[in-house]
Amino acid sequence: MADNEMKKISDIIWEIPKTGKMNVPTRIFASEALLEKMKQDRTLEQGKNVACLPGIYKHAIILPDGHEGYGFPIGGVAALDYEKGGISPGGIGYDINCGVRLLRTNLKKEDIYLKIKELLESLFKHTPAGLGSSNIRVDKDVLEQVLNKGARWAVENGYGNKDDLENCEENGSMSTADASAVSDQAKKRGMKQLATLGSGNHFLEVQYVDKIFDKEVAEAFGITEEGQVTLMIHCGSRGLGHQVCSDYLREMEKTLPDIVAKMPDKELVYAPAGHELCNRYLKAMSAAANFAWCNRHIIGHQSRLAFDEIFPNAKLDTVYDVAHNIAKVEEHDIDGKLKKVYMHRKGATRAFGPGRKEIPKKYQKVGQPIILPGSMGTASYILVGTEQGMKASFGSTAHGAGRTMSRHQALKQWRGESLKKELEQKNIFVRSASWKGIAEEAPGAYKDVDEVVEVSHKANIGNKVARLKPIGVIKG
Amino acid sequence: MKQYEFLPHTADTKIRAYGKTLEKAFENTAYAMADVITDHTKIKPDVEKTIKVSSENKEALLYDFLEQFLILLDSEGFILNKVKEMKIEDNKLSARIIGDDKPENYDIKTHIKAVTYQEMFIKKEKDKFVIQVIFDI
Repeated sequence: MADNEMKKISDIIWEIPKTGKMNVPTRIFASEALLEKMKQDRTLEQGKNVACLPGIYKHAIILPDGHEGYGFPIGGVAALDYEKGGISPGGIGYDINCGVRLLRTNLKKEDIYLKIKELLESLFKHTPAGLGSSNIRVDKDVLEQVLNKGARWAVENGYGNKDDLENCEENGSMSTADASAVSDQAKKRGMKQLATLGSGNHFLEVQYVDKIFDKEVAEAFGITEEGQVTLMIHCGSRGLGHQVCSDYLREMEKTLPDIVAKMPDKELVYAPAGHELCNRYLKAMSAAANFAWCNRHIIGHQSRLAFDEIFPNAKLDTVYDVAHNIAKVEEHDIDGKLKKVYMHRKGATRAFGPGRKEIPKKYQKVGQPIILPGSMGTASYILVGTEQGMKASFGSTAHGAGRTMSRHQALKQWRGESLKKELEQKNIFVRSASWKGIAEEAPGAYKDVDEVVEVSHKANIGNKVARLKPIGVIKG
Repeated sequence: MKQYEFLPHTADTKIRAYGKTLEKAFENTAYAMADVITDHTKIKPDVEKTIKVSSENKEALLYDFLEQFLILLDSEGFILNKVKEMKIEDNKLSARIIGDDKPENYDIKTHIKAVTYQEMFIKKEKDKFVIQVIFDI
């Protein structure tokens, strides 16, 4: 893209004006350095394509961790009108409700270092990673209950507690879910994967609070002091969610060829609002989202058991759980009018400010917690949603660091064994199902998460509350 | 002629596969995909299955064919060693596939989330077919 196409709004906000088939401009939240990285691949072009979707309001958005995806860029946000817009599976991604859950503990980092290896072994035993199958066997009937009820099913069956549900986006259960909209082959893929981590960039990480930026908000989130130990769970809807996305992309491609023909990219296909396929995809996507919430909820429960074996007095409470690949029906103030929209967030986190009815009562005063994972071995952050973000980015912010180097290149550059030793010298311990998996996720293959967070904070769309540093990582 | 190669891609895995016939190029694409997951040449040929796919065009056929391996891996633990007797006619494909259903016995590199259409092509050049696919990791 030529530089003269880009309008500078501020030091960290850029705009690609509306041209050609675009219905609105595209807005980018990025520092100059992050913007340069986006220019290296098709991120900006994909952001322009999103602006071509029907019924899109205000602008298509690219967040500071934006990079090339399928259809939408990763770090892409779009609000499509509830009646004149529609839903695009490419605006959610293959890993439906990939997301992050954060638990706080009553332990201090000094307690943990003495027994970190035992703790990692215990966590690894309780939560299968890589291609490992679930410890919980479910049949089709039970799986359908999981899809319809989400994390509520888990509590009804003795995993976790009601407090976990309260501190979870959508309370861990989307009411729009309907298991009958999910294909049998998607169910087959999910059957052995309940409460498993999976692979790729997914992880389970023992961390400590390295720095508190906003004491008052941190306290509202139960983060009371530096050195406090936290646990972060990053995973999604596994093969079930991937198959739901694939099934519906293919079905839309077959039944809506006119829409495919007019879109700049096949994977940007959408089901128009009111179309049977739009309603059915929303049901299936919500069911996959419920599966993901149930996964993270039970992994939280299993982690309590794992901690209990090593630290019998440990207490783990859920701070919050956020989705970063999802579409939802939301209401937003658009130019002074309240509009109902299909809100798409792909590689983007909901970042609602104070007062929104969707967030837990105890966070209403300060805004919702936003959990932003770094890459393996680097810092993660807790941010808070803002009033300003509701207008600037439909209450959305970044979701993580974003890759800058291919997995193949990372495998050439690092070896799992030596990387593990290097991290151990920094007091970060890694347990993984595969050595190659460690090398592929080398911290050097990712963007600087600190810079992504700085942009979010400066743009006032997700403000810094605390920084978390890793002690031990289970890598999927 | 090389079977397949990996090309640079920031977040995911991009491959290009070659074959004298369309069937051979499809087969080599399946090997490239298997190689993302593990060294497929080391997989024991213990289990045999038949794949049948029918789609609306060649690209869709490739997408649906490759997706079968993800479904088989997640639901039955099947990992590929060899593709045999591949036939493609009028956007219908059938093949016998041989491999193992005990993934825990092998060194797994990573899993694939999905096959994608991004930058996908199936080209006939002078003396060979060339296929490009990106896998979402």
